[in-house]
Amino acid sequence: MKDFAYLRASSCDEATTEALEPATRFLGGGTNLLDLMKLGIETPARLLDVNRLDLGVIEELDGGLRIGATVRNSDLAADPRVRRSYPVLSRALLAGASGQLRNMATTAGNLLQRTRCPYFYDTDMACNKRTPGAGCSAIGGFTRYHAILGASDACIATHPSDMAVAMAALEAVVEIEAPGGARRHVHLADFHRLPGDTPHIETCLEPGDLITAVILPAPAGERQIYRKIRDRASYAFALVSVAAVVRMEEGRIATARLAFGGLAHKPWRDAEVEACLEGEPPSDDLFDRAADRLLQRAWGQGENDFKIPLTRRILTAALREATGGMA
Amino acid sequence: MTAHLVFDEPDKRNRLDAMAQEVVGRPIDRSEGALKVSGRAVYAAEQATSLWSEKRAECLYGVFVRATVPLGRVASLASGEARAVPGVLEVLQDPRLVRHPAQGMARKSPPQDLSEVTYFGQPLALVVAESFEAAREAARLVRVEYETSAEAELDPAQAPSELPEKKQSAQGDLEAALREAAVSLDASYSTPSMAAAAMEPHAALAWWEGDRVTLCGAYQMVSQNAEELADALGIAPGKVRVLSPFIGGGFGSKLGIAPEAVAAAVAARTLGRPVMVTLARQQEFEIAHRRSETGQRVRLALDADGRLTGIGHEARVSNLAGESFSEPVQQATHFTYRGENRQIRHEVARVNLTCAGSVRAPGEAVGVTIFEMALDELAEKAGLDPLELRLRNIPEEDPETDKPFTSHMLAEALRDGADRFGWSDRRAPGERRQGEWLLGMGMASAVRVNMLHKARVRVTLTGEGARVESSMTDIGTGTYTILTQIVAEMLGLAPDRVRTILGDTDLPEGSGSGGSIGAASNGSAAFLACEEIRRQIAAQMGCPEEELTLKDGRATCGNRTRDLAELVTEPLSAEGHFEPGKALKGVRSSTWGAHFAEVAVNEITGEVRVRRMLGVFAAGRILNEKTARSQCLGGMTFGIGMALMEEMVHDRRFGQVVSRDLANYHIPAHADVPALEVHFLEERDSYGGTLQAKGIGELGICGSGAAVINAIHNACGVRVRDLPATPDKVLEGLCALGR
Ligand SMILES: Cc1cc2nc3c(=O)[nH]c(=O)nc-3n(C[C@H](O)[C@H](O)[C@H](O)COP(=O)(O)OP(=O)(O)OC[C@H]3O[C@@H](n4cnc5c(N)ncnc54)[C@H](O)[C@@H]3O)c2cc1C
Ligand code: SF4
Repeated sequence: MKDFAYLRASSCDEATTEALEPATRFLGGGTNLLDLMKLGIETPARLLDVNRLDLGVIEELDGGLRIGATVRNSDLAADPRVRRSYPVLSRALLAGASGQLRNMATTAGNLLQRTRCPYFYDTDMACNKRTPGAGCSAIGGFTRYHAILGASDACIATHPSDMAVAMAALEAVVEIEAPGGARRHVHLADFHRLPGDTPHIETCLEPGDLITAVILPAPAGERQIYRKIRDRASYAFALVSVAAVVRMEEGRIATARLAFGGLAHKPWRDAEVEACLEGEPPSDDLFDRAADRLLQRAWGQGENDFKIPLTRRILTAALREATGGMA
Repeated sequence: MTAHLVFDEPDKRNRLDAMAQEVVGRPIDRSEGALKVSGRAVYAAEQATSLWSEKRAECLYGVFVRATVPLGRVASLASGEARAVPGVLEVLQDPRLVRHPAQGMARKSPPQDLSEVTYFGQPLALVVAESFEAAREAARLVRVEYETSAEAELDPAQAPSELPEKKQSAQGDLEAALREAAVSLDASYSTPSMAAAAMEPHAALAWWEGDRVTLCGAYQMVSQNAEELADALGIAPGKVRVLSPFIGGGFGSKLGIAPEAVAAAVAARTLGRPVMVTLARQQEFEIAHRRSETGQRVRLALDADGRLTGIGHEARVSNLAGESFSEPVQQATHFTYRGENRQIRHEVARVNLTCAGSVRAPGEAVGVTIFEMALDELAEKAGLDPLELRLRNIPEEDPETDKPFTSHMLAEALRDGADRFGWSDRRAPGERRQGEWLLGMGMASAVRVNMLHKARVRVTLTGEGARVESSMTDIGTGTYTILTQIVAEMLGLAPDRVRTILGDTDLPEGSGSGGSIGAASNGSAAFLACEEIRRQIAAQMGCPEEELTLKDGRATCGNRTRDLAELVTEPLSAEGHFEPGKALKGVRSSTWGAHFAEVAVNEITGEVRVRRMLGVFAAGRILNEKTARSQCLGGMTFGIGMALMEEMVHDRRFGQVVSRDLANYHIPAHADVPALEVHFLEERDSYGGTLQAKGIGELGICGSGAAVINAIHNACGVRVRDLPATPDKVLEGLCALGR
């Protein structure tokens, strides 16, 4: 591992200012960053520990919740308010990683965890995400876990987070503090980027930006479902996951917010799919049409082609359940 | 005093049954358990930090430079940048270093030219530094240029292959049997490369005192390993001491001396300081032996009475060029079931992939599993209950050699298991459902050849208690505990008065751990040593040894009883030396069992969850019901992994291991393993050494995966022939069935 300096930030202001120094990284739970450092994938010169900042609380805000950036995944999953009003988030968190990892992992760190593409993890393999312009060795290789939506010729990686998928369906907002103290809010759906030609740029964060919280809007009596398909019962990343947050009114779908994991470089939402469901009475036909739309531009690499039928099936199952178990 | 036995005749005396202490067989806790759970058992990679202080300060750390092509020659290796990393002392290229581990029981380690690259990830050089972190960083900075003249062989299915003459066999006319069969099957299957994935990574610490080297490492067979290390270093075997007191799982991956051991010893010599070399998890997957992938074809001919008339089993496996080991897929096919017409074809492809070697139950683990999957298909075609098909085809004697079986407990295990499991509740595919989940049951036979090995164990009795010493290892299996129990039984002591010391080549040479040979071989040696000590006590008591009763630290002969504490004033010591002899030459010896599994298949997603599993096993005398059970639980868990998730993937273009950590190489997590039930059949096998015991370490994995796969079919009608049965494959089958 490359030698690095360890610093502890005592205020958000200090954190953002210090983070402007080159090769500086915030340290949350370290469950992703430290692994990547040991493998020489991340090589920061300075680690800025944000765990002592006053960002560790979950507070009520406008009927919703404001989740501090350093709240641990375990604490968030167990919070009674989350369990009551945002069960999809609790379930998604508990479907991720392992108990030990969740005890360390933070809200901000989870959003910013990096892809699990095995070629990204091997510094002897070409990877545009690690070294812009180097090429992508995943394409044509082992692609079982790779993207079927929104990928590019430069990168076909997926974002591995479960938590972010649930948050996307809940229309969460990321609160960001820039150097100088200005705070801005970004919809979770706009927070991560598609790879395009620049897969190394993964989010809308600018140099020095610190995530301070994630805000969940007030719940509106939706049914919430999280389903994750994986290669073993626990401690595996999603092949496909879906978060469905659906509100019914008089036998019709009033609102449907759907987010998918394992399919793309970011938690995947598709406004067209949601629009095609809204106002309609639920039926398998309707769900099929929604799946058609969702998957119209889906494109597999061969080994991950199965994600296309799997997504269709899991979408239908989730919608059946969310709309009252009928079809 | 040595008590030497060449095992030429079966031992029908069942002497342990007549002993008075009654500790053998009991499910007592591991004798080293408290050390392990409290962190006081020092594992190989921790040895450096537990060295005495001046040695600890001196200790250096080595990390391998990795080949980044699968085939070629190192044209240049530039170490300037690496040497500039603070703390780096040396980038060692030495002709004595080795590319890949020796195979189990090799007892030699011929030179392997490191500059000749034979697989991606092969060690090329060792960076030695003051800290592990500096060495690891520097290893990445070594710049290597290669010359390549030939294309690497990265696809085991296409690579050129050999048909080793000794591994082919045929009798009768299989083709004719298939033609005439009432029902026949011809099906092809595959299993992927698999990793031992032991929890403890390979690690070795070496230091020299004069011309003598001491190596603390994680090895299964330290006496053989010492010879291998001496051979690699070009020194006399007597100059090498290997210590492996605690091993965090081996599963075959720690059988032969491995690159880290040779490198630690060479570097320690070169730099004059202790050197610790540890493999990071990623290297563990790249360098440690893999279980070869297999392509298998099974052909079966069945007559109208449900009796097998023909068995064909073809296998294609792979290894590096020149390696004599090839996954012995058909090892148990030779003798498990009847049938006059038999054919075995065994093909070895030569590839540039991680070296293949023994991984837990080499052969049966994948061979029995696939064969038992094929039998399930045959049973379905014939309209027979799969259990019944097996029961009708148990041979009277080895069907190829006509040798008698030392014991044949398959039928008993099958029947007992079926009763316990509730096999009669099995329904047709698709008939049992809970919501989205379809439920089904499957079964398979368990078979594993049984072997014995020469072993020496010294036992010393004092007034206080007994000490047991051998270079035998305990790789987590329970050897410390069972040797303690055997000696406690024979000498009439409470187990806590017996101390067992293992894993040190300065002690009498044990068999080492591998091939399930440990318990019966070393146990027999310990038994022999105890018999000798009993003779000495009997002589003092003035009675024949057979009439001596030892119990609770007291010796009784007729109406005289004396405390051992007062009787044994001088330590009584004997070395037991057990050697397999003619006894096993004319017979077929195997362990037996039956697996039953119930699974749930998600009709929407193709996910499979094992609901319950039962294994019924017969392996001669069970020496400790708890540690034996743990072995079986572990084996059955391996079976779940093999059936549902384990797959070591090599990139087919570049040859590197893609799944090279425990996040990507899936082994069962706790949530994948339901309550498993293990039941042992009472048995004494007189061919199982002086203890009438056989090996139990590998039986649990042999066939368990097939029970799971067969249960998937019973649940939902889908046959997966290419392991593992991941959700995508099951889903494809479900879609094909229109579900
Ligand atoms: C074996 C394994 C299995 C896993 N399985 C799953 C799974 O199934 N599902 C899943 O969702 N996750 C899984 N994870 C990933 C886990 O959820 C992440 O590692 C974890 O959430 C990261 O959080 P952290 O706080 O430890 O992040 P860190 O490692 O501390 O940081 C990650 C990144 O976030 C940055 N960062 C941290 N805090 C801030 C901040 N306040 N502002 C700006 N940047 C910040 C860091 O600089 C770094 O770049 C798994 C991890 C492992 C190791
Ligand atoms: S898919 Fe993306 S992360 Fe993976 S190798 Fe290609 S560029 Fe790198």
